[in-house]
Amino acid sequence: MPGPDMAIAAERKRVAQPTGSWVARTLDNPGVLAFLFMLPAATLLLVFLTYPLGLGIWLGFTDTKIGRSGVFIGLENYESLFQDSMFWLAVSNTVLYTVFATIGKFALGLWLALLLNNHLPAKALIRSIILVPWIVPTVLSALAFWWIYDPQFSIISWALTEMGLIDHYIDFLGTPNNARASLIAANIWRGIPFVAICLLAGLQTISPSLYEAAALDGATSWQRFRHITLPMLMPILAVVMTFSILFTFTDFQLIYAITRGGPAGTTHLMATLAFQRAIPGGQLGEGAAIAVAMIPFLLFATLFSYFALARRKWQQGGSDD
Amino acid sequence: MAEEVVGMDYLTRWPRKLLTVYTPLAGFLVILLFPFYWMTVTTFKSNEELYNYKDYNPLWIHSPTLDNVKRLLFDTDYPQWLAITMTVAVVATFISLFASVLAAYAIQRLRFKGGQTVGLMIYLAYLVPPSILFIPLATMVFQFGLYDSPIALILTYPTFLIPFCTWLLMGYFKSIPYELEECALVDGATRIQILWKITLPLAVPGLISAGIFAFTLSWNEFIYALAFISSVEKKTVPVAVLTQLVEGDVYHWGSLMAGALLGSLPVAIIYSFFVEHYVSSLTGAVKE
Repeated sequence: MPGPDMAIAAERKRVAQPTGSWVARTLDNPGVLAFLFMLPAATLLLVFLTYPLGLGIWLGFTDTKIGRSGVFIGLENYESLFQDSMFWLAVSNTVLYTVFATIGKFALGLWLALLLNNHLPAKALIRSIILVPWIVPTVLSALAFWWIYDPQFSIISWALTEMGLIDHYIDFLGTPNNARASLIAANIWRGIPFVAICLLAGLQTISPSLYEAAALDGATSWQRFRHITLPMLMPILAVVMTFSILFTFTDFQLIYAITRGGPAGTTHLMATLAFQRAIPGGQLGEGAAIAVAMIPFLLFATLFSYFALARRKWQQGGSDD
Repeated sequence: MAEEVVGMDYLTRWPRKLLTVYTPLAGFLVILLFPFYWMTVTTFKSNEELYNYKDYNPLWIHSPTLDNVKRLLFDTDYPQWLAITMTVAVVATFISLFASVLAAYAIQRLRFKGGQTVGLMIYLAYLVPPSILFIPLATMVFQFGLYDSPIALILTYPTFLIPFCTWLLMGYFKSIPYELEECALVDGATRIQILWKITLPLAVPGLISAGIFAFTLSWNEFIYALAFISSVEKKTVPVAVLTQLVEGDVYHWGSLMAGALLGSLPVAIIYSFFVEHYVSSLTGAVKE
C-alpha cells in the first residue's frame, strides 16, 4: 500500500512532467526568458535614451534648424560658441550656481539631518513634513518663489520693512547678482529635504556604541562629529552629492519658471540657454552643441559616483554582486 | 521603526536641547513650509486684499473667497490640463512598471551572462539628464509625427522612470530569499509562474514604492512637456500654469497660486498616504 510519502512523490512527479507545449518549454529556458524579459526595457531605453544621446552629439556638428534637416558643418557650432560671450556667461553661471547651491544644500541638509537624528516627539511626522518641498512639482513651488520675489509685493521685503531693517523694497530679480542669489536660494530650499533625509538614513546606521566609546575616552562633541560621524557618513555623502551636483548642474525648471534667463540673459544656465536657442530660437544644431558641452562634466560626476560606490562596498566588506 | 536608537541623547538637558535642537528645527520647518502657506493664503484672497498691504496684514486672510479657484476651474482649461497630466502620468507609470519588473527580475534572478553589466548600464541611464536629451528627442518626435501629442510624453517619460524603478525593484527582489523560488522550481513551477505567484506578491511594497515614485516623477516632469506640446488644451499642469496663466505683463497672482496649489494637491495626497514608501525608496535607491 502506498504511504503518504509516496503519494506526495507521485504528485510531485506528475507536476514536474513537462506538461506544457513547445512554447511553454522554451519560455522556461532561463536564457530565452531573460532575453524576453529584458526586451521592453531595453527597447524603450535604446530608442528613447541611447539613440537620442548619440543623435544629440551628431546634431551638435550640424546646422539643423526647426523644419529643416541640417548638414555636417564640423566644429563650426563650437567655434561660434567659443566666441559667444552669452555662452561663457551661461557656463560660469552654471558652475557658480552648482557650487553655491551644493554648498548651501549640504551644509543646511547635514545640519537638519543631525537635528532629526535626536530623540524627538512626532519624529515621523516632522520627517514627512520636511519632504514636502521635494515632492511638489518644482515649477509650481518655483511659481510661489516668483511671487515671493515680486518687486512690489514681496512678502520678504514687507516683513523686513515692518521690522525696520530696510527702507525700500529689494529688487530680487531685477539685477543680475540679486537674481542669481535668489535663484540659488530657491534651489537650496528645494534641495535641503532630499539631502537631509538621505543623510539621516546614513546617520541612523552609525552604531551609538562608537559615540559612547569616544565619549568615555573624553572626545568632545566636535571631535565625535569630526572623527566618527563624518567618516562613517562619507560614502553615502559622496553618492548623494553626485546626484545633487548632477541635477543642479543640468537644472532647467527653476530658472525657466522664475527668471527665464533674465534680466537680459544674465541668469541663463547651460540648459536654459540650450532650450532658448533650440526651441524658440529654432537653432537645433547650436542648442544641441550647448547641451553636449555639459557632457564632460556629467561624465566626471558619474565616474566619481562609481568609484564612491565601489569604495563603499569595499568598506562594508561586500562582494561585487 | 520599533526601537529608536537614541544613543547618548539622554545626556542632553532640556534648556540646552531647546536651544540647540528645537529652535533651529522650528526655523527649518517654517522656512520649508512658508512658500506653501503663502501659496494657500494668496489663493483664497480677494484681489483688493491681495495688493493692499497697508490696510490688510498680508500674512492672514481677512475675507476668504473662492473667486480665484472658480476662475481657474471654469474660465480656463485647467480641468482638461489635470486630466491630460493624470492620463500621461498613469500610463507612463504602468508601462515603466511593467518593463522594470521584467528587467529587474531578469537581472536579479535569471542571472544571465552580462546581467551585472546591464544592471550597471541601467544605473548609468538614470544619470543621463533630460536637459541633454530634449533637443534630439524633439527632432525624433517631429519625425514620428508625434509632435503636440500626449503619446510623445507617454513614450519619453519611461526613459527616466525605467532606470529608477528597475534599480529600486532589483533591491526588493534581492531581499526575497532565493530558496522560495528553488522550492517552486523543484515542484515543477515554470519561471513565469514563479514570478507571477511567488516573487511579485512578496515584492508588493516595492511595486507600490516604484509606482508612486514613477507617478510623482511623471507629474512633476517639465522640460519634455514644454518642448513637445504646443496646443493649449493638451498641455500638462506644470507647463500650462506657467505659460497660460501669465498674460503679458499682468500677473494674476491669485489664479497663478490657485493653479500651483491645485496642481500640487494630487501628489501631496498620494504622498500623505504612502509617506513610508517614499522615504524607503528615496533612501533605498541611494544606499543600494
